Order: sequence, then C-alpha cells, then structure tokens
Amino acid sequence: MATAHTTVDAAGLSWGPRALLRRLRTGDEIARLVTLVFALSTVLLTVVLVEQLWVNSALARHRFGLAFLWSRVWDPVFNQFGALPFVYGTLVTSALGLAIAVPLGLGAAIFLAELAPRRLSDNFTFLIDLLAAVPSVIYGLLGVFVLVPLMRTEIQPALKRTLGFIPLFQGPAYGIGLLTAGLVLAVMIVPFIISVSREVLLAVPRDQREAALALGATRWEATWKAVVPYARTGIMGSVFLALARALGETMAVTMVIGNNPRIAASLFAPGYSIASVLANEFSEATGNLYLSALIELGLVLFLLTFVLNGLARLLIVLTTSRGSGVAQA
Amino acid sequence: MKMRKVLWFALLATLAATPAWAQNINAAGATFPYPIYSKWFDEYHKLHPNVQINYQSIGSGGGIRQLLDKTVDFGASDGPMSDDQLKQAGFRVLHFPTVLGGAVPSYNLPGVTGELKFTPEALAGIFLGKVTKWNDPAIAGVNAGIKLPAEDIVVVHRSDGSGTTYIWTDYLSKVSDEWRTKVGKDTSVNWPVGLGGKGNEGVAGLVKQTPYAIGYVELIYAVQNSISYGLVKNASGDFVKASLAGVSAAAAGAATSMPDDFRVSITNAPGKAAYPISSFTWLLIPAQIQDAAKKAAIKDFLGWMMTSGQQLCEGLAYAKLPKEVIAKEQKAIALIQ
Amino acid sequence: MSARMIWRKSVNVLMLSLTGLCALIAVSVLFFILGYLVYHGGKDVSWDFFTKLPKPVGEAGGGMANAIVGSGKLLLLAALIGIPVGLLGGIYLAEFGGRAVPFVVRYTADLLNGVPSIVIGIFAYAVAVMPVHHFSAVAGGFALGVMMIPIVLRSTEQFLNAVPRAMREGAMALGASKWRTISSVVLPAASRGILTAALLALARVAGETAPLLFTAFGNRFWSPGWGQPIASLPVMIFTYAVGPYDDWHEQAWAAGLVLLGLVLLTNIIVRTVLSRGASAQRS
Repeated sequence: MATAHTTVDAAGLSWGPRALLRRLRTGDEIARLVTLVFALSTVLLTVVLVEQLWVNSALARHRFGLAFLWSRVWDPVFNQFGALPFVYGTLVTSALGLAIAVPLGLGAAIFLAELAPRRLSDNFTFLIDLLAAVPSVIYGLLGVFVLVPLMRTEIQPALKRTLGFIPLFQGPAYGIGLLTAGLVLAVMIVPFIISVSREVLLAVPRDQREAALALGATRWEATWKAVVPYARTGIMGSVFLALARALGETMAVTMVIGNNPRIAASLFAPGYSIASVLANEFSEATGNLYLSALIELGLVLFLLTFVLNGLARLLIVLTTSRGSGVAQA
Repeated sequence: MKMRKVLWFALLATLAATPAWAQNINAAGATFPYPIYSKWFDEYHKLHPNVQINYQSIGSGGGIRQLLDKTVDFGASDGPMSDDQLKQAGFRVLHFPTVLGGAVPSYNLPGVTGELKFTPEALAGIFLGKVTKWNDPAIAGVNAGIKLPAEDIVVVHRSDGSGTTYIWTDYLSKVSDEWRTKVGKDTSVNWPVGLGGKGNEGVAGLVKQTPYAIGYVELIYAVQNSISYGLVKNASGDFVKASLAGVSAAAAGAATSMPDDFRVSITNAPGKAAYPISSFTWLLIPAQIQDAAKKAAIKDFLGWMMTSGQQLCEGLAYAKLPKEVIAKEQKAIALIQ
Repeated sequence: MSARMIWRKSVNVLMLSLTGLCALIAVSVLFFILGYLVYHGGKDVSWDFFTKLPKPVGEAGGGMANAIVGSGKLLLLAALIGIPVGLLGGIYLAEFGGRAVPFVVRYTADLLNGVPSIVIGIFAYAVAVMPVHHFSAVAGGFALGVMMIPIVLRSTEQFLNAVPRAMREGAMALGASKWRTISSVVLPAASRGILTAALLALARVAGETAPLLFTAFGNRFWSPGWGQPIASLPVMIFTYAVGPYDDWHEQAWAAGLVLLGLVLLTNIIVRTVLSRGASAQRS
C-alpha cells in the first residue's frame, strides 16, 4: 500500500491532499471519517446551543448585569426585568418536590435493593421505570383536574387548620400554587431517585451487610447503618439528578403553579418557575429587551442544570465504580 | 420484499400528501376573537376548500411578535400596535378591524344569585389588590339586595401577552390614576395580584374552576361557559351589562371619526347605553405580500369577512362593525400589494 | 429478651414495613394514573376522535386526527435526525475512538441530555424557525431529534462495547477490514440493544410538549408536507386541558389516554424484549 507523503512538485501542487484522498479509498478510512463527523456534530450542536443562548441574551445581560439574578421586578411595560421571582419559584417547587420524593424514594429503593425477594423487586422496578416514562403533560392533566380541586377543598384547608400558625401555610387556598406544583414534581422525580438509588445500593459489596449481620444487627440496622452510609455519595448523586430534572420540568408545573411572578412567604401562593415563564411568554415577547431577558432566564436555567448534572454524574460514578459495573440512569 | 417497499412508499406518500393547489396561510394572535375567527376560517374553508387559514390563538402579544418575526402571514390583536412596534416592524402593517367585542368581569360566587354591579373604583381596587374581600363596601355598596360572602377575592388575569389585557388595562388606566401610574396599559403588565391563565380560554377555565374568583374575559367566553358576569358603570353613570347593543353604542362615536389607520380606543366611551369596556379587534396585515396566491386569498377573505362574515358575528355575541367602518375598510383592501 | 432487644426488633419490623409501603405507594401511582385516564378518557376515545378534525371553538364534537398524524410525522423526523447521528457517533466512540475526542463527545452528549426541553425548544426556534421565518414540522422534528441524539449515542456506545472482543478478533482473523467487522459482526450483535434504546428514546420524545410550542406551533387543519406548522398530541392535550370548554376537557382525557397508552405499550414491549434477549444471550 502506498504511504502518504507530502511533497511539492515543480508545479507547486502539494501531494498531501492527494495522498489523503488515496487513503480515503479504503473503506475503513471513510468509515472513520464519517462516524467522526457525526460524533463531532453532537459537539457542534451543543456549542451552537450555548452560543445562541449567550449571544441572544446579550442585550439583557449588558443592561442589567449580575443584578438580574436578584431583581424582583418583572415588568414588560416599564422594561424592568429580574430573575429572582422565577429562581425562587423554581427552587421552592423543586425543594418541595425533593423533600417529599427523597424519603419516599429512598425508602422504596432500600426495600427493592435489600429487603424484597428478587422477583418482586424486579417486577416493581419494571413498573417504576414505566412511571418514569409517563409524559409531563399527562402529569399536568391529572394535576389540573385531580390534584388542584383536592388541594383546594381538602388538603390546603386541613393544613391551614393544623399548621396555619406558620407563615408557610397561610393565605387563601386557591388549589393552584407552589405547594401543588411541588407535589406534582415529587411524583415525577420519585422514579429517578428510586432507580438510581437502587442501582447504587445493589453495588455495595456484600461484605458490608454480612459483617453487620454477623455482629448481631437486625436486618434494618444492617441496612441503615452499614449499607446505606456506604452508598451515601451515590444516593446524593441521585438526588442531584432528580433535582436537575425537577428544575427543568415545564408542562406539569406550568399547568398548576399559578403563573404569577411574585415572591410570597406562603406555599399556597401562586408562583412562577423559569421553565413556565419561558413556555408562556417566549412566543409573545414583543420588544428586544423582553425577549433578551427571557433568553437570559433560559441561560440561567441551563447553567443551573449543567452544574447539578455534572455534580450528580461525578457522585454516581464515584460510588458505582467501587462496586460492580452498573449502567448509568 | 417488494410488498414492503410498496407499503413504505404509500405511507410516505400519504404523510406528505397535499393537493398541489392548496393554499396554506398561517396566522396567529388574539384569543379575544378566537371563537368568531375559528368559525370564519372554517366557513371560508368550506367555501374555498383549497385555502386553509391556520389560526393559532396565542394572545395578541404573540400575534404581534410573530408578525414582526415574519413567521406568520398575518397577525391579530385587540390592542393596536404602538408606534414603536410599527417602527420595529420595518415593513408597513395595516390594521383591519374585524368585530367589536367587550371584556367582562366574570366571577364565580357559589350560592350568589342575581347580577353584580361593579363601579370603576371597585374594579381598579380589586385588580390593584386593595379590595380583598367580596363583601368589601366598594362592591357591597352598589349591590344592596345581594348577600356577598366574606371570602377572599381570587383575582385571575392573563399570563401571556394579551390584547384583552390591553383593553382591560386601557380602561383601568382611564378610570384610575393609581392604576395608570402604578401599572399602566399594555398587552403584558406587572400585575399586583392574582393567578395567571393562558389565553381567554385559560382565564375562563380558572374562573370556572375556582370559587370566589374574578377574571376578565371576552363576552363570548363567559356566555359559552355559563360563567356569571357583572354590570359595569359607564362614563354616564349607568350600570350596563355587556351586550351587542352596549358594545355597538360604544363604537358609535368612533364610527364617524375613525382615523385612517383604524387605530382607536373606545373604552369608557360616552353615551347612556355604551358598555365601557368595549373594543375593536384588528387583523394585522402586511401591506406588501410577496406570494401572489396568498395575497389574492387574503384579500378575498377580507372582502368575504366584511360581507358574509359579519353575518356570523351576532350568533357568537360579537357586534358587527359599523357601516361607515366597513366602507372605509373596503377601500383599504386596495392598499395590500 | 431485654427491653432494648424488643425495641430493636420492633424498629426493625416497623422500618421494613415502612419501606415496603414506600415502594407500594410508588407503584400504585402508576396504576392510579392509568386507571384515571382509562376511566375518564375511555368513553371519549371514539371513531370520531381518530378520524375527525377539530371543530371551531365552542362547538362540540370533532376529533384529533390531525394531531395523531402530526405526532407521527414529527416522530418520523425525529428518528431520521436522532438515530443516524446517535448511531454513527456511537460507533465512532466505541470502535475508532482515541482519548480526547471520545471524552469531549461523551461530555457534551451528557450535557445535551441534561438540557431542559424548553431550552431545546428555544434553541430550535433560533436555528430552525427564525432563519426561514416559518414554523414547521421540520423544526419540531429537529428539536425532538436533538433530544434523541445523546440517548441513542450513549446507548450505542454501551452496547457496542458489550460485544465480546473475541467476536471482533475472530472476524479480523478471517481477513475482514475494520469496517466489515463492524457492519457484519459487531453491529448485528449489538443491534437488539441499540434498537430498544432507539425505541425508548422515541417513546420519550413522543410525550414532549415544551420543545414543540415554538417550533411545530400547531394547526387546526391537516399539515401539508413538512414545512408547515403541525398539530401534535401533547400540545393539543395542553391547549385543551387549560381551556374552559368541557368538551375540550373530555377530548384532552381521550388524547391523554391514547398518548400514554402508546408510550407505555412501547416501553413494555421494548423492555420485555430486551430482558428476554439478554437472558437468551447469556444462556
């Protein structure tokens, strides 16, 4: 086979490219080049995405600077835009979602990984994976027609009666609001916590559990005091993953959060998340500054999820690489 | 093997199929007139099966924005485009009034029979968040015979860029100095209180499902969904319920003195029978349309709208345009080139 | 038995039951969702629903035929964009890669995977709608395709890596070139896994609404060709659910049932095939 060489002949033509073309006649090189191009196109897409977010938010970034992140006012009439109400709504609903989903999910994961017989565990896990596949808009549908009336007529008044002295549970019970959105999010992220935590717990070496049992621990004690702490980092990773998912959740939240960019102490109050305001106002923002501010919000959301996802993957890899090789979520 | 290929082609063919002569026109905008527009486009399609006018009701703000971005062939808005927006367009935009409608204060008060009356001060107070309970004197004062509950008022407004919001805030700005300075009038404002619904449909939906709620919607949405709506005190001091007559009365003054670009506000109009929160709603059509077939279809539709289309208005609780306005518009069609 | 022992034993039983309860709650949610949709949507899934176009606002009746076909067209486009890029990119990572390029590609694929779908929608608007001044099925398909790419890419790499080295070496020993080895030996061996990943990715994007809001936009009529706005099931569900008309609500339930049914059916079939196939390979 001819080897590639770069020489320049009397006419000034470089032979480099010709040699390359000759190499390309072999199927392997073509295959390599073609697959490389497609692999790099993923990178290109991501780069263009970030670039578009950055460039199109320039107007708002230059006008408001870093103060955008803590301004409370969102006023299209007077062209004043601030991200705080949306960051607040996003964080509060996600935190609520986690507060409910983590205990529930971890409990279920412990049951499935440690305590349940193999077949039951596999079947349940199968069903929970199906739950993760349910589209967001279906959750929204059930949220609007089932959860909201329930909140308005039963749950919120009950909370007011019992816990009404805390500012979190004061105010009129609309049914729609931060608390409802948090509940919907909890249901949506539970499957992720369960499936990742279960994988992580299964990866814990048997010796840990057996050593604890040998020392006379009950099954629960062995699990809670020996196995779970070992998997602690991975479980944290699953929480971060679920949080990243919750932050970006759009449709279900938009349908039940109330769409009011206000920061109120009560969980019954309507709020607004970054994803929801983008869904509602993006196609209608007249005015370049308005549009730019919305895109800056998109950039903020992107950065938040980027950081969280990175942390999550790091933590999960750290745990599962210690145990058996396990597929990522 | 061959059968499979044939089936594949058949599948692809049906998926891509269009009659080659079909005209697809895309429009977007106001939810305020959506019921009558969807009826019009459906009827027009029956008369001209090769013309499909796909209208998406995303709010007047969306209509203006998509028109400016040129992603739709024409827009629709209940708030006329401002001078700034017209300048931003870079191309000439013509306003064509289509129907007259009214924004009503619709409410959901379980157990309350009888129609509520609202003064401008009460409405401004409610939407400013100052009047918080249904039995507040501002409301109870003019509703002597009705027992109002001591419940919190749930305010519902638009979450999207809306011409109905424009009409409502335009009215409130005229009757309340505090509203004008604090909030202002636009398709999207910084609401002091309330839940946000998407589109007239969303607000109507929220009001219907939330007890003790009050929200502003176009008349037909309240009627079609059997939501109660109140009377509003007009500039002459009379309490008027939104109706075809009331809305037409509000337009009477504007009919004769209509500006050439058709941009006019008729909220809080003078006249005994005038409903104070009335408005025209416009189609926003570019003066220059490149595609000859589209141009012809749009012009033909406009002509149809002004004659046969108008006959369908009243069935959906929209008032017809005054004759003087129609005459002026028919001349304006020629401006589309 | 000492008091302490009794306490520890009771805690043991309590906590075991509690965790079991958590698992039960998690699983019952799925059945609740399904049951509710069947109950509410079941009565409205009629022949009309599948064959008629939407009626003017406020008039009862009509169906979602255009949304069903629309979703089908969008998914076809998404597959055309997402599967080739993901597949070929995954082949590079597994078969040709070195150190630097695969690392960067994997990293950005994970990044892309974590981007919220609404931000993908904004990106698709900027790239596929603005320049041509047109909402279109292509833009919607592009947005969904971009979401599929990272999933297909990582799964392809994973399944290709799982093919034993012996198979590759055997082929090469027989004189096959690298590409021949990949196409005739490695890919077929990994094909089941890759296919299931692709189908799962497709099922995932079938339910996405946010990226379609400003790309596919919506259409009350049939959408001709690929360059016009197009209706889709998830967007119709959203629009009808937040509206006031009871008739719309019923149609939203029916559409929800159809969508969920398709997504779950795909997931169940694909996952059982995968597990059966994997156990067959092991034996």
